[in-house]
Amino acid sequence: MDAILIQILNGLDKGSAYALIALGLTLIFGTLGVVNFAHGALFMIGAFCAVTLQKILTISVTTIDPERTDFLGNPLKVQTPYVENWFGPEIGAAIVDWAVPLAIVLAIPVMVLVGFVMERGLIKHFYKRPHSDQILVTFGLAIVLQEIIKYFYGANPIPTPAPSAFRGSLDIGVWLGFDPFTIIYPYWRLVYFFFAGTIITGVFAFLQFTTFGMVVRAGMADRETVGLLGIDIDKRFTLMFGLAAAVAGLAGVMYTPILSPNYHMGMDFLVLSFVVVVVGGMGSLPGAVLAGFLLGILQSFASMNEVKSLLPGIDQIIIYLVAIVILLTRPRGLMGRRGVMED
Amino acid sequence: MTRQTFSRRGLLKTGAVGGAGLALPTIFTSQARAFTNAPTGSTVTLGFNVPLTGAYADEGADELRALELAVEHLNGGGDGGMLQTFSSQALDGTGILGKKVEYVTGDDQTKSDVARATAQSMIQKDGAVMITGGSSSGTAIAVQGLCQEAGVIFMAGLTHSNDTTGKDRKANGFRHFFNAYMSAQALAPVLQNLYGTDRRAYHLTADYTWGWTQEESIAAATEAMGWETTEKVRTPLGAGDFSSYIAPVLNSGADILVLNHYGGDMVNSLTQAVQFGLRDRQANGKDFQIVVPLYSELMARGAGQAIKGIPGSQNWDWKLEDAGTQAFVKSFGEKYGFPPSQAAHTCYVQTLLYADAVARAGDFNPCAVVEALEGYEFDGLGNGPTLYRADDHQCFKDVVVVKGAENPQDEFHLVEIVEVTPTEQVTYAADHPMFAGGALGECNPGA
Repeated sequence: MDAILIQILNGLDKGSAYALIALGLTLIFGTLGVVNFAHGALFMIGAFCAVTLQKILTISVTTIDPERTDFLGNPLKVQTPYVENWFGPEIGAAIVDWAVPLAIVLAIPVMVLVGFVMERGLIKHFYKRPHSDQILVTFGLAIVLQEIIKYFYGANPIPTPAPSAFRGSLDIGVWLGFDPFTIIYPYWRLVYFFFAGTIITGVFAFLQFTTFGMVVRAGMADRETVGLLGIDIDKRFTLMFGLAAAVAGLAGVMYTPILSPNYHMGMDFLVLSFVVVVVGGMGSLPGAVLAGFLLGILQSFASMNEVKSLLPGIDQIIIYLVAIVILLTRPRGLMGRRGVMED
Repeated sequence: MTRQTFSRRGLLKTGAVGGAGLALPTIFTSQARAFTNAPTGSTVTLGFNVPLTGAYADEGADELRALELAVEHLNGGGDGGMLQTFSSQALDGTGILGKKVEYVTGDDQTKSDVARATAQSMIQKDGAVMITGGSSSGTAIAVQGLCQEAGVIFMAGLTHSNDTTGKDRKANGFRHFFNAYMSAQALAPVLQNLYGTDRRAYHLTADYTWGWTQEESIAAATEAMGWETTEKVRTPLGAGDFSSYIAPVLNSGADILVLNHYGGDMVNSLTQAVQFGLRDRQANGKDFQIVVPLYSELMARGAGQAIKGIPGSQNWDWKLEDAGTQAFVKSFGEKYGFPPSQAAHTCYVQTLLYADAVARAGDFNPCAVVEALEGYEFDGLGNGPTLYRADDHQCFKDVVVVKGAENPQDEFHLVEIVEVTPTEQVTYAADHPMFAGGALGECNPGA
């Protein structure tokens, strides 16, 4: 029982990341009709917003310590972050410590801007081209973006720890009546789960309860009619692209303490997120979220030793197996709409 | 007036003698060049096949820096680095056998097929007479096989699988870097001192050649000192999120987690294991511990604070105090502004060893180089007295046992040396079962 609970918990945070990326993918597909293979790169750029802020906050003034030497025997150059000089050692260190959550403030405008530039500068030229062309150009764009990141940040993972207040883990098992240390769950993964829930709720509320959202939903259902009513739907869809980029970016920012970011992390999530979108149903926002959590949890279960001993290698193919089964039984996915990608 | 007459027989005889006379010099010449890419001009070309993109691009970049430094030193530039401390004095800074050293580079992307293709291009198109570099056992084994077929020397870079000089050994291939068995033999006594003999270990292992041999080696060494292995779990390469594999450790009855991971996998699995509180808990009445058999300074940087106090092993560390290490660190540090990694060190040393073997043999012929390197004993290259064993082309030398520093003074001191394990402790018989199934075969001069 405890092993099952542990894997459900593990699946929740992984599923949260899938759901957030798939939500953005579905928003873009549902509004603009574009299959955006660069969406994983947006997740990666978001993660590097956290890295960048951490680097900015640790820009240091150099002083020479004659008492100590560096690796060549020269007097040691001691680096002290400017923020520690400006705000004092304790407050300065606390600001650096909270670099990841603070990066949200940086990531939102950066990601909206990146999304806007991406859509206006490149993707809009491919709206009327076949999906295969869109896939090729966005996949190429993803490679370009990750190579740019690698040029500036290197190829190895960069540690971006959670604030020290969230570095421990919670003994959930004790709450549920198990022995101590039976079910342990890191604080930050809980934070991520609730963060993802907040973002998903926020996006749905935005689309459901605002006039802007209502117009966007109307445009997703019948673009031509909304245009005939004199509404500039293209402008709104461009803003939705920015919103989708911001969602992916925020998912990336908050994921950095779980997975030290490297330039390739977006690509690792992209393929799985596409499977999530297909399983959830092309163009269905609730479907994307549902499938994200479902596949995240199933993937965790498939990693259990008991399951792997029965079906070796199942942990690596479970998502694709489930996708095949669902598409065979429900060709439009779990919550797919009639007519989407069926022309 | 005299009239010369030529008989048909006389003409044939004269022609045969004349032809033989004309052909004689070319027979000698062709014998002298009877190997692949024999250098003919005033230069000789080496091939540096390193990962410049992909997961190990940082290791590759550091290898390339060291290789360029080696070329500079071989050609008489800089301060000479380890040429000053190398026990052999065959190299004098005038290139190799008087030929200026040039090099070509390729990006192996840490993919075996790409590594073979780039090495093949260097051999066929650029005329490289030796290939070195690389940061993966998969690519090393692939390129080693290619070099054997092509008739050039392969001086392996960072490759730690037992198979490189075990079942996949080749006569034209040589490895300076240590291997998984040596790691285990060096690490086991330290683990016994740190954690005792009554322990239960859970292994998470990268699912490819290096991971398998690392797991086999460390499990055998720890079981020999009394530890019990509770579970061996294979994880996909580049899994990213290891939480699904780490969570079952909590209730497995194990009190040690051995991470047979390297690179990004090591950074992620270690970070996540610490996040799951493994190091804060007790199991079987003992503090839970984590072990990482193969360490890397670059990986330690990636793991950040999670690496503190974690034991592991290295081929070499820039903080060693021998003259060779100091000379290399000075050269590298002054040129690039930071200390070299062990990947950089092994590639630099391999290049010097190749050049030295050619100089001692007086010939670029791969078979002459093989003969010069087999059974060669040397010193002054950073690991103390070292033997290139003839049986398997594996270097035998001291191994460095390290652990993550508790309070590093800067980003270069993330790892501290626990002990330097002497060569005798990590030496094994050439027919050891973990290295069985392969044979060097005959050296191939190619062409």
